[in-house]
Amino acid sequence: MADQPQKPGRERPLSPHLTIYRWQVTMLASITHRVTGMALAVGALVLAWWLVSVSNGPEGYDSFMAVAITPIGLLILFGFAWSLSFHLLNGIRHLAWDLGYGFNKTTATQTGSLVYILSLAAALAIFAFVWTGHAGYLQ
Amino acid sequence: MSSLQTPLHKVQGLGASHSGTGHFWRQRITAVALVPLGLWFGFAMLGLAGTNEVAVLSFLARPWNALLMAAFAVILLYHMVLGLQDIVDDYVHTAGMKVFLRLAILAGAIATGATSLFALIRIAAST
Repeated sequence: MADQPQKPGRERPLSPHLTIYRWQVTMLASITHRVTGMALAVGALVLAWWLVSVSNGPEGYDSFMAVAITPIGLLILFGFAWSLSFHLLNGIRHLAWDLGYGFNKTTATQTGSLVYILSLAAALAIFAFVWTGHAGYLQ
Repeated sequence: MSSLQTPLHKVQGLGASHSGTGHFWRQRITAVALVPLGLWFGFAMLGLAGTNEVAVLSFLARPWNALLMAAFAVILLYHMVLGLQDIVDDYVHTAGMKVFLRLAILAGAIATGATSLFALIRIAAST
């Protein structure tokens, strides 16, 4: 090692990271919060696209819907529905922490699991509502 | 009372991060606003799913709906800028790349916001 000195600023030691720690609900929820946040950033672009397509009249709207109702389009929409549900619910969990509530180790794990269950249930409920024809009540 | 901050930093309210608690605070404020707006958006999307262009257009043309959609889009994008900046701060370690990504995120958010608002104005004007 002495004859090959490290370049300054390269290969600095890092604190223990994902490969060291045992996976837990709390860390998984934290990572998921970030990932869903990034997904929703893409969602903001799709929202703008949807608004533009609606503003372009029937042809514009149809062009958006033609993409949206493809299997991949529906999968992405389901991803957005779950991401928004998760990020919103876990965001409330974060806001509770900011106010000093729910820091207890078992409580934090339980609320983390609850966010996963409720967000998945919400996303599935949204799609079940649409498929069974109970959506579209704003017509 | 004694302080560990330098007089200049005390005046500016800034630390080694070049900013104070403003980022943290704005992130919380936008998060709180996005809870009711996000719920409204969810119920609106569910209500419009499976309808036609006319229903969507007339829904978005109503002043309150247009206003809420505009607020949702703008606050969502503001919250997005703050959140993506957190990610850049955590995982990008070179100053140049940090500045570039920060500007790129901001430009992207402004472009997306302007596009969304313009579309909403067009929708409102079309009916």
